Amino acid sequence: MQLEQIRGLVLQHARLPVASDTVTFDSDLYAAGLTSLTTVHLMLALEDAFGVEFPDRLLSRKTFDSVQSISEAIDEMKASG
Amino acid sequence: MSPELLAQLHDIGRTRVAPFAAEVDAGARFPHEAFAALKEARLLSCYVPVEYGGMGLNVIEVARIGEVLGGYCGSTAMVFAMHQIQVACIVHHALGSENFQAIAREIVERQLVLASATTELGIGGDVRTSSCALVVEGERYRIEKKAPVISYAEHADAILVTARRAPDAGPNDQVHIFVRVANAQLTPLSTWDTLGFRGTCSLGFTLLAEGPVADVLPAPYAEIHAKSMHGFSHGTWAALWLGIAADAVAKARAFVRAEARKTPGTLPPSAMRLAEVDAMLFTMRGGVEATLAEYQRRLDLYPNQPFPQDYAFTLRVNNLKVTTSQLIVDVVSRALLICGIQGYRNDSKHSLGRHLRDAYGAALMVNNDRILLQSSTIQIVAREG
Repeated sequence: MQLEQIRGLVLQHARLPVASDTVTFDSDLYAAGLTSLTTVHLMLALEDAFGVEFPDRLLSRKTFDSVQSISEAIDEMKASG
Repeated sequence: MSPELLAQLHDIGRTRVAPFAAEVDAGARFPHEAFAALKEARLLSCYVPVEYGGMGLNVIEVARIGEVLGGYCGSTAMVFAMHQIQVACIVHHALGSENFQAIAREIVERQLVLASATTELGIGGDVRTSSCALVVEGERYRIEKKAPVISYAEHADAILVTARRAPDAGPNDQVHIFVRVANAQLTPLSTWDTLGFRGTCSLGFTLLAEGPVADVLPAPYAEIHAKSMHGFSHGTWAALWLGIAADAVAKARAFVRAEARKTPGTLPPSAMRLAEVDAMLFTMRGGVEATLAEYQRRLDLYPNQPFPQDYAFTLRVNNLKVTTSQLIVDVVSRALLICGIQGYRNDSKHSLGRHLRDAYGAALMVNNDRILLQSSTIQIVAREG
């Protein structure tokens, strides 16, 4: 459920130059065209959708590697309140 | 500075300084909580050399501590910087004396708080001129000084006081005296109800004191001023103003981020203002870091000697003071424009009232006009490089 929602936000905000059906939960988003600038737009959309705020330590390339890794980061933020 | 010390400082800032900053400001009261934490962390003696038990930090590191504190409470950072300036006067000029070696150890062991009484009523703010004079009888001195400002005097353990060397000495023939507050009588001459830096408690006093002659610093104040007071003050002040300005930009950034969330895909116009104000902060930081680095190089070059006359260096220190004290107002004002009414409110997490009120003080503490007047004379003879 959360994974599907994140995937939707990625497709809407990350401006990936690839066909949407090629983006799976495990796809490498950087290989699919995510850039450091589009990551910011994606982050803002995720913060708005999930009511979280990415701390500096989670603003890394690793966090935005895939829909799956984003989901884990969101779980972590929710857990730490 | 070590990453551990930096992390410890931020921890102190978050838990022991920031929570009381509004109260210190509103009440114009001394930041006791912050200083209890700084003492626990042994930071009041961070500039004392390791051989006397201190941390042996250099001026760049001390200034960086002030910058970090400035991000949590401007008054705390100002008191910290003013204290360290006094420590530097002792460390640079007095450790040849056994008495001051013992005082250095005491600063470490008891985490003494040191204040300063340089300006004097009737002198007009020129710290290189005194009217009051040291009176020596045998091994004891006596001094009476009417000081328009002695910041945090009532919360200090000792005050470094300037005076003419003797009743028959000229106004510029000054000494610097380590006056223990326990041996002094302080009668308030004024109150401290200002726009900003309210927690520095910079009241005026008539100071009446006596003590052992050994508590007079062995170097003439002219030397102390040239090597320590001037560079150390302006370097550490500019750094803490940078800290205040950087915190204002951080608040603006948090505000823009929250705004940006509401309009996914499109950044709000204030984001461009944020990029612009960050470039000003960059300029400010450049001046602070370059000047502190040059000051530290000079301290390394003349570890146990007075500084030779260098007009160009004096000008750069003056320029640092004048530019950063103006930039802090510009940066905080622009941050306020970004945060809008949320920054203007006193009851918002984006509030910038205290930052702005503190910022305006920077140009006035040693008035920029006085500094520019001095600089304009030096300009005529200065050579670059």
